[in-house]
Amino acid sequence: MEFNAIYVIVAREFKKFIREKSRLFSAIARPLLWLFIVGSGMSRLVPGSAGVSYTQFIFPGIIGMTILFSAIFSSISIIWDKEFGFMKEILVAPVSRLSIVIGKALSGTIISTIQAVIILALFPFLGFHPGILQIIAAIFICASLAFCISSFGIVIATFYDSYESFSVIMNFIIMPMFFLSGAMYPVKLLPAILQIAAKLNPLTYGIDAIKHVLLPAETGQMGPDFSILTSLMVIVVTSVVFVLIGGRAFERKE
Amino acid sequence: MPIIKVDHLVKKFGNITAVDDISFDVDEGTIFGFLGPNGAGKTTTINILCTLLSPTSGNASIAGHDCMGEPSEVRKAIGIVFQDSTLDKDLTAYENLMFHARLYNVPKSEMKERIHEALMFVDLNDRKDDLVKKFSGGMKRRLEVARGLIHRPRVLFLDEPTLGLDPQSRANLWEFITELPRRHKVTIFMTTHYMEEAEVCDRIAIIDNGRIIVSGTPDELKKTVGGDVVSITTTDNLTARKEIENLLKLDVAEKGNELYMTCNRGDTCIPELIRSLGDKVLSVKVQRPTLNDVFLKLTGKTIRDEEINSGDSVRESIRAYRRKH
Repeated sequence: MEFNAIYVIVAREFKKFIREKSRLFSAIARPLLWLFIVGSGMSRLVPGSAGVSYTQFIFPGIIGMTILFSAIFSSISIIWDKEFGFMKEILVAPVSRLSIVIGKALSGTIISTIQAVIILALFPFLGFHPGILQIIAAIFICASLAFCISSFGIVIATFYDSYESFSVIMNFIIMPMFFLSGAMYPVKLLPAILQIAAKLNPLTYGIDAIKHVLLPAETGQMGPDFSILTSLMVIVVTSVVFVLIGGRAFERKE
Repeated sequence: MPIIKVDHLVKKFGNITAVDDISFDVDEGTIFGFLGPNGAGKTTTINILCTLLSPTSGNASIAGHDCMGEPSEVRKAIGIVFQDSTLDKDLTAYENLMFHARLYNVPKSEMKERIHEALMFVDLNDRKDDLVKKFSGGMKRRLEVARGLIHRPRVLFLDEPTLGLDPQSRANLWEFITELPRRHKVTIFMTTHYMEEAEVCDRIAIIDNGRIIVSGTPDELKKTVGGDVVSITTTDNLTARKEIENLLKLDVAEKGNELYMTCNRGDTCIPELIRSLGDKVLSVKVQRPTLNDVFLKLTGKTIRDEEINSGDSVRESIRAYRRKH
């Protein structure tokens, strides 16, 4: 592994992220719409349980959604880099393919975690009163989830060569992942077949872990679906698997 | 000593043979030209040499390192300017060079110095903080050459370096490329389909349909065409023709009011002609053969015909093949 290479790949993405103010703006706007429009609309229909309102219930899911969108968008910038040639500059450099993948995954992690923290900071407006340790734990989970989803995005990006595939990725990967993640409704209430799909989705476990940290311990149906240990383990293991698959996919030469 | 060695290299995409059993060596410190029409296999060869593609069979090595077995060593030894820009247009010129320097592990103490030197060399120092998207085609190409040199490679690949540039930028770029071996102790491997541009090369290989059809120095190749064409006009073509045929033993053809003959060296042929014909000579013209004539002679077609016909279709087929796999 080459730390110089990892550093410079991350620095490039970060610089571009800072320069594109509109990207940050729209990345923050989406979760706000869901939280305050969908959330307040739905909470008229869905009663809270054990003192947790519907809007409070979806808060961990909306943080997960913020990470999902920004991490995947960040990773599929690889497709742009392929299309506009810059990827070749990276590929002919004396740098291991694994370093390239880790560099890209860390870029997505940092950018997504920043956005997730901005959304997380809305907690006082939603009636949460977490302690400092809970906040630190939530940020740590966000970062792990962001790394996992970013490396998943890299695996996706290796399959596509042009950005025409963008709407395919949006409609057939990002949206289903969001709806099958326990963000908007508990996994345990889904029909059996959809429960299986939700359990195969790494995002489910990230959101679940955030629920453990933010929601009170006894919340009945609206509580987490898995134990915190299971959720954290799944995130770590899938991250490693995605990074290795991504590294292999980059190594591939015709 | 050869710094690039290519031995019986073959690359197939499905049933298309893009590179068909080619072998050649390139000596250190020289400019090597790889010539041929679009779709002849030039870019595929470069991609194999710079470790982006694996060959179907055969070997290639650069600076003593095998392109397949030791890709990392090969990558350290080479710099590349691809046909299509590989700059990040959303970064500044300086940032693009900095990215490259770090990626290639240039020592921190030398980084700024080398970037500055490179920017001065390509005359872009006053634009270093501008985003690359504001640059003209010629400026981008110059910046890419500068970037390719930052890590002090031993071989610099230039794939169609002047493609899409206006005549003035082309001339500037050539002036600068020909200085590279001396100034940077680097071997140049370049491809082009502009035959006239290959004149600056020390050695040339002409490739067509994936095969090398001839290689040598530009002068050697031009000699295969059969020498210079000398044409003269005289006061009395009939007598002049007989005198040339008898005295100089040259075949003469007459077209319009001019007499044409081919001789090995036009520059020594002319004084002889004038000596034999005296003041009958009205005008003299020498045409040296071009590399286009060489290509025409060997393939029976000009490079431009070829470009329209097969080049694009080969490229399309390779692209279609890659998409499927």
